[in-house]
Amino acid sequence: MILGLVSLCAPLGDTCLSRGMTSLPSITLAHPLSLIAAVFTPWIAFGIALLLAFFASYLTALSWADLTYVLPATAFGNVIVALFARFFLHEAISWQRWFGVVLITVGVGFVAQGPSFTERPAPAVAVEHEPEAEEQLR
Amino acid sequence: MTLLLPVLTARFWTAAGMIAAIILCSSTGEVLTAAAMKSIGDLDEIRARSGMKGAIRAVVTCPLFFAGVSFLALAFFSLLFALNHLNLSLVAPASASLTLVTNAIGGKIFLKENVDHRRWTAAVLVCIGVYFLAH
Repeated sequence: MILGLVSLCAPLGDTCLSRGMTSLPSITLAHPLSLIAAVFTPWIAFGIALLLAFFASYLTALSWADLTYVLPATAFGNVIVALFARFFLHEAISWQRWFGVVLITVGVGFVAQGPSFTERPAPAVAVEHEPEAEEQLR
Repeated sequence: MTLLLPVLTARFWTAAGMIAAIILCSSTGEVLTAAAMKSIGDLDEIRARSGMKGAIRAVVTCPLFFAGVSFLALAFFSLLFALNHLNLSLVAPASASLTLVTNAIGGKIFLKENVDHRRWTAAVLVCIGVYFLAH
Protein backbone atom coordinates (compact mmCIF):
# COMPACT_ATOMS: atom_id res chain seq x y z
CA MET A 1 0.00 0.00 0.00
CA ILE A 2 2.72 2.47 1.11
CA LEU A 3 5.11 1.39 -1.68
CA GLY A 4 2.19 1.63 -4.15
CA LEU A 5 1.51 5.25 -3.10
CA VAL A 6 5.23 6.06 -3.49
CA SER A 7 5.21 4.42 -6.96
CA LEU A 8 2.17 6.35 -8.23
CA CYS A 9 2.67 9.83 -6.76
CA ALA A 10 6.32 10.28 -7.87
CA PRO A 11 5.93 9.82 -11.68
CA LEU A 12 2.62 11.73 -11.75
CA GLY A 13 4.20 14.61 -9.80
CA ASP A 14 7.23 14.68 -12.15
CA THR A 15 4.90 14.79 -15.17
CA CYS A 16 3.06 17.81 -13.72
CA LEU A 17 6.42 19.56 -13.04
CA SER A 18 7.59 18.90 -16.58
CA ARG A 19 4.38 20.25 -18.09
CA GLY A 20 4.57 23.34 -15.86
CA MET A 21 8.25 24.08 -16.55
CA THR A 22 8.09 23.66 -20.33
CA SER A 23 5.23 26.19 -20.51
CA LEU A 24 7.38 28.84 -18.76
CA PRO A 25 9.86 31.16 -20.50
CA SER A 26 13.56 30.24 -20.27
CA ILE A 27 15.06 30.68 -16.78
CA THR A 28 18.73 31.69 -16.45
CA LEU A 29 21.16 31.75 -13.53
CA ALA A 30 21.05 35.56 -13.74
CA HIS A 31 17.44 35.48 -12.45
CA PRO A 32 17.32 32.62 -9.90
CA LEU A 33 14.26 34.12 -8.16
CA SER A 34 12.11 33.25 -11.18
CA LEU A 35 12.48 29.60 -10.07
CA ILE A 36 10.72 30.53 -6.80
CA ALA A 37 7.92 32.27 -8.76
CA ALA A 38 7.50 29.09 -10.86
CA VAL A 39 6.51 27.18 -7.70
CA PHE A 40 3.21 29.12 -7.52
CA THR A 41 1.99 28.25 -11.04
CA PRO A 42 -0.92 25.69 -11.06
CA TRP A 43 0.84 22.72 -12.72
CA ILE A 44 3.96 23.11 -10.56
CA ALA A 45 1.83 23.55 -7.40
CA PHE A 46 -0.19 20.38 -8.20
CA GLY A 47 3.05 18.51 -8.96
CA ILE A 48 4.47 19.63 -5.60
CA ALA A 49 1.27 18.44 -3.79
CA LEU A 50 1.68 14.99 -5.38
CA LEU A 51 5.38 14.95 -4.51
CA LEU A 52 4.53 15.82 -0.86
CA ALA A 53 2.19 12.78 -0.75
CA PHE A 54 5.04 10.75 -2.26
CA PHE A 55 7.49 12.05 0.34
CA ALA A 56 5.26 11.19 3.33
CA SER A 57 4.80 7.61 2.03
CA TYR A 58 8.51 7.38 1.18
CA LEU A 59 9.56 8.38 4.73
CA THR A 60 7.19 5.80 6.22
CA ALA A 61 8.65 3.11 3.94
CA LEU A 62 12.23 4.11 4.85
CA SER A 63 11.43 3.78 8.57
CA TRP A 64 10.91 -0.01 8.20
CA ALA A 65 12.87 -0.92 5.05
CA ASP A 66 16.34 -0.37 3.56
CA LEU A 67 16.99 2.40 1.01
CA THR A 68 18.33 -0.21 -1.43
CA TYR A 69 15.02 -2.12 -1.08
CA VAL A 70 12.65 0.85 -1.29
CA LEU A 71 14.15 2.54 -4.38
CA PRO A 72 14.05 -0.38 -6.87
CA ALA A 73 10.60 -1.40 -5.56
CA THR A 74 9.17 2.09 -6.08
CA ALA A 75 10.59 2.22 -9.65
CA PHE A 76 7.65 -0.08 -10.46
CA GLY A 77 5.64 3.19 -10.71
CA ASN A 78 7.19 3.75 -14.15
CA VAL A 79 5.73 0.42 -15.26
CA ILE A 80 2.27 1.38 -13.90
CA VAL A 81 2.40 4.69 -15.81
CA ALA A 82 3.47 2.91 -19.05
CA LEU A 83 0.62 0.36 -18.71
CA PHE A 84 -1.83 3.17 -17.91
CA ALA A 85 -0.69 5.06 -21.03
CA ARG A 86 -1.09 1.92 -23.17
CA PHE A 87 -4.44 0.58 -21.99
CA PHE A 88 -6.34 3.72 -20.87
CA LEU A 89 -4.84 6.48 -23.03
CA HIS A 90 -4.26 4.09 -25.98
CA GLU A 91 -0.76 5.50 -26.57
CA ALA A 92 1.67 3.56 -28.75
CA ILE A 93 4.47 1.95 -26.72
CA SER A 94 7.69 1.21 -28.61
CA TRP A 95 9.56 -2.09 -28.20
CA GLN A 96 12.28 -0.21 -26.28
CA ARG A 97 9.69 0.83 -23.69
CA TRP A 98 8.27 -2.69 -23.40
CA PHE A 99 11.87 -3.88 -22.92
CA GLY A 100 12.25 -1.29 -20.13
CA VAL A 101 8.98 -2.50 -18.52
CA VAL A 102 10.25 -6.12 -18.57
CA LEU A 103 13.66 -5.15 -17.07
CA ILE A 104 12.08 -3.11 -14.24
CA THR A 105 9.58 -5.88 -13.47
CA VAL A 106 12.37 -8.49 -13.31
CA GLY A 107 14.50 -6.10 -11.18
CA VAL A 108 11.63 -5.49 -8.73
CA GLY A 109 11.03 -9.27 -8.59
CA PHE A 110 14.69 -9.77 -7.64
CA VAL A 111 14.65 -7.24 -4.78
CA ALA A 112 11.18 -8.27 -3.53
CA GLN A 113 12.38 -11.87 -2.98
CA GLY A 114 14.95 -10.78 -0.39
CA PRO A 115 14.55 -9.29 3.10
CA SER A 116 13.38 -5.67 3.24
CA PHE A 117 15.57 -4.74 6.22
CA THR A 118 19.23 -5.37 7.15
CA GLU A 119 19.28 -7.15 10.49
CA ARG A 120 21.63 -5.44 12.97
CA PRO A 121 23.48 -7.40 15.69
CA ALA A 122 21.90 -7.08 19.14
CA PRO A 123 23.45 -4.36 21.40
CA ALA A 124 26.37 -5.59 23.52
CA VAL A 125 24.64 -4.41 26.76
CA ALA A 126 21.82 -6.91 26.29
CA VAL A 127 24.33 -9.76 25.83
CA GLU A 128 26.23 -8.77 28.98
CA HIS A 129 23.04 -8.98 31.06
CA GLU A 130 22.11 -12.44 29.85
CA PRO A 131 24.32 -14.48 32.30
CA GLU A 132 22.99 -12.38 35.23
CA ALA A 133 19.43 -13.07 34.17
CA GLU A 134 20.24 -16.81 33.95
CA GLU A 135 21.76 -16.73 37.46
CA GLN A 136 18.68 -14.99 38.82
CA LEU A 137 16.48 -17.66 37.27
CA ARG A 138 18.55 -20.38 38.99
CA MET B 1 33.54 19.32 -38.13
CA THR B 2 36.46 20.75 -36.14
CA LEU B 3 34.42 23.93 -35.52
CA LEU B 4 31.40 21.94 -34.31
CA LEU B 5 33.39 19.73 -31.93
CA PRO B 6 34.01 22.36 -29.17
CA VAL B 7 30.32 23.41 -29.35
CA LEU B 8 29.17 19.80 -29.01
CA THR B 9 31.68 19.23 -26.23
CA ALA B 10 30.53 22.35 -24.36
CA ARG B 11 26.89 21.26 -24.69
CA PHE B 12 27.76 17.77 -23.56
CA TRP B 13 29.62 18.99 -20.48
CA THR B 14 26.86 21.48 -19.61
CA ALA B 15 24.23 18.70 -19.76
CA ALA B 16 26.52 16.30 -17.88
CA GLY B 17 27.15 18.94 -15.19
CA MET B 18 23.42 19.61 -14.70
CA ILE B 19 22.62 15.88 -14.48
CA ALA B 20 25.61 15.25 -12.16
CA ALA B 21 24.37 18.03 -9.84
CA ILE B 22 20.90 16.39 -9.66
CA ILE B 23 22.40 12.94 -8.99
CA LEU B 24 24.87 14.18 -6.34
CA CYS B 25 22.29 16.24 -4.42
CA SER B 26 19.61 13.57 -4.74
CA SER B 27 21.82 10.69 -3.56
CA THR B 28 23.23 12.68 -0.62
CA GLY B 29 19.70 13.73 0.37
CA GLU B 30 18.29 10.21 0.13
CA VAL B 31 21.13 8.62 2.10
CA LEU B 32 20.81 11.29 4.85
CA THR B 33 17.00 10.92 4.93
CA ALA B 34 17.25 7.12 5.10
CA ALA B 35 19.78 7.47 7.97
CA ALA B 36 17.37 9.84 9.76
CA MET B 37 14.40 7.47 9.39
CA LYS B 38 16.48 4.52 10.64
CA SER B 39 17.53 6.54 13.71
CA ILE B 40 13.88 7.47 14.42
CA GLY B 41 12.51 3.91 14.12
CA ASP B 42 9.31 2.42 12.66
CA LEU B 43 6.90 5.33 12.03
CA ASP B 44 3.86 2.99 12.15
CA GLU B 45 4.83 1.90 15.68
CA ILE B 46 5.45 5.52 16.79
CA ARG B 47 2.06 6.55 15.34
CA ALA B 48 0.33 3.68 17.18
CA ARG B 49 2.04 4.68 20.43
CA SER B 50 1.96 8.52 20.29
CA GLY B 51 -0.50 9.32 17.48
CA MET B 52 0.10 11.23 14.24
CA LYS B 53 1.41 14.31 16.12
CA GLY B 54 4.00 12.14 17.87
CA ALA B 55 5.13 10.68 14.55
CA ILE B 56 5.42 14.13 12.94
CA ARG B 57 7.29 15.45 16.02
CA ALA B 58 9.72 12.51 15.88
CA VAL B 59 10.52 13.33 12.23
CA VAL B 60 10.77 17.13 12.44
CA THR B 61 12.97 17.09 15.58
CA CYS B 62 15.63 14.96 13.85
CA PRO B 63 18.55 17.15 12.57
CA LEU B 64 19.64 14.50 10.05
CA PHE B 65 16.19 14.71 8.46
CA PHE B 66 16.62 18.45 7.79
CA ALA B 67 20.10 17.89 6.34
CA GLY B 68 18.57 15.28 4.00
CA VAL B 69 15.63 17.49 3.04
CA SER B 70 18.01 20.40 2.30
CA PHE B 71 19.92 18.26 -0.21
CA LEU B 72 16.66 16.94 -1.69
CA ALA B 73 15.47 20.55 -2.10
CA LEU B 74 18.75 21.36 -3.88
CA ALA B 75 18.18 18.34 -6.13
CA PHE B 76 14.62 19.54 -6.83
CA PHE B 77 15.76 23.02 -7.91
CA SER B 78 18.60 21.48 -9.95
CA LEU B 79 15.95 19.34 -11.70
CA LEU B 80 13.75 22.39 -12.39
CA PHE B 81 16.77 24.25 -13.76
CA ALA B 82 17.82 21.30 -15.95
CA LEU B 83 14.24 20.79 -17.25
CA ASN B 84 14.24 24.41 -18.35
CA HIS B 85 17.35 23.87 -20.51
CA LEU B 86 17.33 20.18 -21.48
CA ASN B 87 14.70 17.76 -22.75
CA LEU B 88 12.76 15.67 -20.25
CA SER B 89 13.65 12.60 -22.36
CA LEU B 90 17.32 13.20 -21.47
CA VAL B 91 17.09 14.49 -17.87
CA ALA B 92 14.49 12.00 -16.51
CA PRO B 93 16.10 8.71 -17.64
CA ALA B 94 19.67 9.83 -16.98
CA SER B 95 19.05 11.20 -13.47
CA ALA B 96 16.50 8.54 -12.40
CA SER B 97 18.52 5.56 -13.57
CA LEU B 98 21.96 6.72 -12.41
CA THR B 99 20.58 7.77 -9.00
CA LEU B 100 19.59 4.13 -8.39
CA VAL B 101 23.20 3.00 -8.76
CA THR B 102 24.70 5.86 -6.70
CA ASN B 103 22.11 5.17 -3.97
CA ALA B 104 23.06 1.50 -3.89
CA ILE B 105 26.71 2.55 -3.44
CA GLY B 106 25.72 5.12 -0.77
CA GLY B 107 23.52 2.55 1.02
CA LYS B 108 26.38 0.06 1.08
CA ILE B 109 29.11 2.50 2.23
CA PHE B 110 27.30 4.94 4.52
CA LEU B 111 24.20 3.08 5.75
CA LYS B 112 26.01 -0.32 6.00
CA GLU B 113 23.05 -1.98 4.31
CA ASN B 114 23.37 -5.57 3.21
CA VAL B 115 23.50 -4.91 -0.56
CA ASP B 116 23.76 -8.53 -1.72
CA HIS B 117 23.96 -9.78 -5.33
CA ARG B 118 20.14 -9.74 -5.50
CA ARG B 119 19.97 -5.98 -4.74
CA TRP B 120 22.89 -5.13 -7.06
CA THR B 121 21.17 -7.05 -9.87
CA ALA B 122 17.87 -5.28 -9.13
CA ALA B 123 19.56 -1.84 -9.09
CA VAL B 124 21.31 -2.45 -12.43
CA LEU B 125 18.23 -4.01 -14.12
CA VAL B 126 15.95 -1.18 -12.93
CA CYS B 127 18.60 1.38 -13.96
CA ILE B 128 18.73 0.03 -17.54
CA GLY B 129 14.95 -0.47 -17.55
CA VAL B 130 14.24 3.14 -16.52
CA TYR B 131 16.62 4.32 -19.25
CA PHE B 132 14.79 2.34 -21.94
CA LEU B 133 11.36 3.26 -20.59
CA ALA B 134 11.93 6.99 -20.42
CA HIS B 135 14.19 7.41 -23.45
